[in-house]
Amino acid sequence: MEKVKKGVRLEHISKIYQDPKTGKEFYAVKDTDLYIEPGSFVTLLGPSGCGKTTTLRMIAGFESPDEGEIYLGDEPINELTPNKRDTAMVFQSYALLPHYNVFDNVAYGLKLRKVPKDEIQERVMKILKLVELEGMEGRMTNQLSGGQQQRVALARALVIEPSVLLFDEPLSNLDAKLRVSMRTEIRRIQQEVGITAIYVTHDQSEAMALSDKIIIMDKGYVAQMGTPQEIYYHPVNEFVADFIGEANFLKGTLKRMDGDLAVLEVEGSECPVAAEGELEKDKVYTVVLRPEAATLADEGGLPCRVVLSCFMGSYQNYHVMVGNTLVKLAEHNPKNKRIYEVGEECRLVFAPDSVHVL
Amino acid sequence: MARGQGAALDRKKLMADPIMVTTIVVLITFLTLFILYPLAILLVDSFVGDGSFGLSIFKRIFAMPSFTRAITNTLKVGFVVGILSSLIGLLFAYVEAYVRLNKFAGGLFKVVSMLPVVSPPFVLSLSMIMLFGKAGIITRFLLGIYDNSVYGYWGIVIVQTLTFFPVCYMMLKGLLKNIDPSLEEAARDMGASRWKVFTSVTLPLMLPGLGNAFLVTFIESIADFANPMIIGGSYDTLATTIYLQITGAYDKAGAAAMAVVLLCITLAMFAVQKYYLEAKTAATLTGKASRARMLIEDKSVKIPLTILCSLGALFVIMMYICVPIGACFPTWGYKFFPLTGKWFSQVFSKYHGLKAFKDSFVLSLIASPITALLSMIISYLVVKRKFKAKGFIEAVSMLAMAVPGTVLGVGYIRGFSGGIFHTGFLQGIYGTGLILIIVFVVRSLPTGTRSGISALRQIDKSIEESAYDMGADSFKVFMTVTLPLIKDSFLSGLVTAFVRSITAISAIILLVTPSYLLITVQINEFAEKGAFSLACAFATILIIITYSAVLLMNLFIKRFGTSKNMKEE
Repeated sequence: MEKVKKGVRLEHISKIYQDPKTGKEFYAVKDTDLYIEPGSFVTLLGPSGCGKTTTLRMIAGFESPDEGEIYLGDEPINELTPNKRDTAMVFQSYALLPHYNVFDNVAYGLKLRKVPKDEIQERVMKILKLVELEGMEGRMTNQLSGGQQQRVALARALVIEPSVLLFDEPLSNLDAKLRVSMRTEIRRIQQEVGITAIYVTHDQSEAMALSDKIIIMDKGYVAQMGTPQEIYYHPVNEFVADFIGEANFLKGTLKRMDGDLAVLEVEGSECPVAAEGELEKDKVYTVVLRPEAATLADEGGLPCRVVLSCFMGSYQNYHVMVGNTLVKLAEHNPKNKRIYEVGEECRLVFAPDSVHVL
Repeated sequence: MARGQGAALDRKKLMADPIMVTTIVVLITFLTLFILYPLAILLVDSFVGDGSFGLSIFKRIFAMPSFTRAITNTLKVGFVVGILSSLIGLLFAYVEAYVRLNKFAGGLFKVVSMLPVVSPPFVLSLSMIMLFGKAGIITRFLLGIYDNSVYGYWGIVIVQTLTFFPVCYMMLKGLLKNIDPSLEEAARDMGASRWKVFTSVTLPLMLPGLGNAFLVTFIESIADFANPMIIGGSYDTLATTIYLQITGAYDKAGAAAMAVVLLCITLAMFAVQKYYLEAKTAATLTGKASRARMLIEDKSVKIPLTILCSLGALFVIMMYICVPIGACFPTWGYKFFPLTGKWFSQVFSKYHGLKAFKDSFVLSLIASPITALLSMIISYLVVKRKFKAKGFIEAVSMLAMAVPGTVLGVGYIRGFSGGIFHTGFLQGIYGTGLILIIVFVVRSLPTGTRSGISALRQIDKSIEESAYDMGADSFKVFMTVTLPLIKDSFLSGLVTAFVRSITAISAIILLVTPSYLLITVQINEFAEKGAFSLACAFATILIIITYSAVLLMNLFIKRFGTSKNMKEE
């Protein structure tokens, strides 16, 4: 596809909705600025109601922003109707045309563009090959499995060679196993075609597996945008930390700086952590501790008491109380390790640089 | 918060779609001109009819004892018919949904629900008179009663109940099937008897639905013109009074004011039904049945209920069968044998039957595709699109449902006989076939729109969005996606419109001119004159036409309609 890749830019985008019950107006998306680089795969991730789908639908043109301007490449597209925008969407419900067969579904957009017949034939077959649906072109869509239907929907969007591919939770109707294999598939095809893709999901592992960049949204705002690693290791706030992966939050007061280490007092014990940036003395900070980043030991670290100890196969699941704070742990590969039982007093140990201070 | 920009953008996007804008403008003009305007002119006429603005015309009509009596008559009939129809409807619905029926009884139920659809709404009056009247087959010749009068209050009540209860039955059946059987099973499990379950679980859940059925029948009964006309005798209802006021007393202003009164009553009922009861029904019965209901096999329940309903159904069927048989009696009331075909041949030889059928058929045939297409477009706009005038379009097309035919007829007379606002503009359409076609369209539009809306609501919004997203404009989306997906609904809308048009009478009887002969008007005329055999002959042929139309549609849908497995999706 010899097209110039285009990025998407959102400037101060807001969308206001009315609560059907109370009649009150509220911001579904509030003052959002985004830049999505050409050819990148970006995921909008967040809980339901965070505004991610609304944002996607504004880019597609189904909703009109109440404030701000959307650009496709350098062209403002606010006033364009969805059929005039150079975007193609893959819907959650696949939205295949049930009265057409696979071929006609994929060819639909090309026919609308008055592409010559033999070129349609050629392009459709090429795309069907790409999504591994050769030989299925004569089937009616209801004779396909969920995964196959999703491939048709993807093929239909790809075949018109849009500048931007939009995905609205496309895998949420599939079963867990298929979801995993389809997401690798989507990533493979996107990289093969090199198209800009914006993907909406509430499934964090999907976002991690697919994206160059993840945009975390909360209550209409962009909470954080970054690579999966940035977001996992350096969340900007508790919401992001909690939403991506599991997180324990330990509150501690800064006692003193010890070189690069900040020494916090957590539940009465001293606890050195790696600090980024300037920290103020005597201020309370929140430490984000991932379950796999700590382990239980007989000495060192913070004193704790085991309240749950549960064998999960690949790991041992612990809940421990550090003072009044509950901490969840995943001790991987537990086979040759000492297993702590419920009620045992022990120590919670982690390296100073395996935690993140908010 | 300023939503200005979003709204402005939505408007701009809409304007970028000329076909859509034109469609909306044409629709709004049509609805305003042929639904709102005739009703508005009735209001204007009844307040300023004799030159000065005021209530003088209302004072005059309310001083007429015949008019006030007509109001109480109408309400009395409507109330009783509403209650009886919903109760009988409930019985039938309950038996169908809860009792294992044998094939014969099941077939009877189907026929009963089908009959009112294919027959003109007033044939039961004919058979009532023929079976139970002074010279009735049953009253006089079987029972030897010589002075039984069916004309009047009870005549109307019985005939209307028999005509309208199948509608209630179909409505309530749908609701009962939506009750989750586990609710009732839970009550049974906790020790309630079957009767207790019915009174403490099923009935309370059904109450809003019952209220709904009652009001729908009430409105139908109030608006009914032909039955009171044929079997009412001297018992006048509002619809017949208005008709007589205009055709007998030539008091157009008075008729307009009366029509306003009738309209107010039906609108009030309609408002309650639409905004209060429908919402409540939906609120209590949201859940889909999680699985099939255990049908009642208990013989002590099953046998009496089945027999009761089967007898009722047989009675209704007998009433309908009486019409074609009545058309074959040599001399009504004196000589029943041997059966003859002379009335049928007279229909064509003496009474311009061919022209009547041709006129009715052609006008309905023109009206039905227009109606079907219009109602699909309206439903598409209402369900799938958002724009400012949408509320207006939806409200007006639903409003037409609450307007009795007689009211509409009077409105058209006042509104178009002297042109728009008596200016002479568009006067040309008055008295032509065109205005009859328009009346047909307006009269069947609400039913079509309703079924279109419910069909479209079943279609996932994103299917059309995906086509739109692929680059199709509104027109393309409608033609290549929406219409093919609601093909069944479109086809049945087509036939319903045809059947409703060809069997319509209340509005057109006021508007038809001698250049057009319509079957229903002919039937009414012969029934008025007491020429029942001729009326029956006309009615029989009419039923044959409508029934074949329905059969044809079913065949067509089976053959070309949406494939079955597609629907199972």
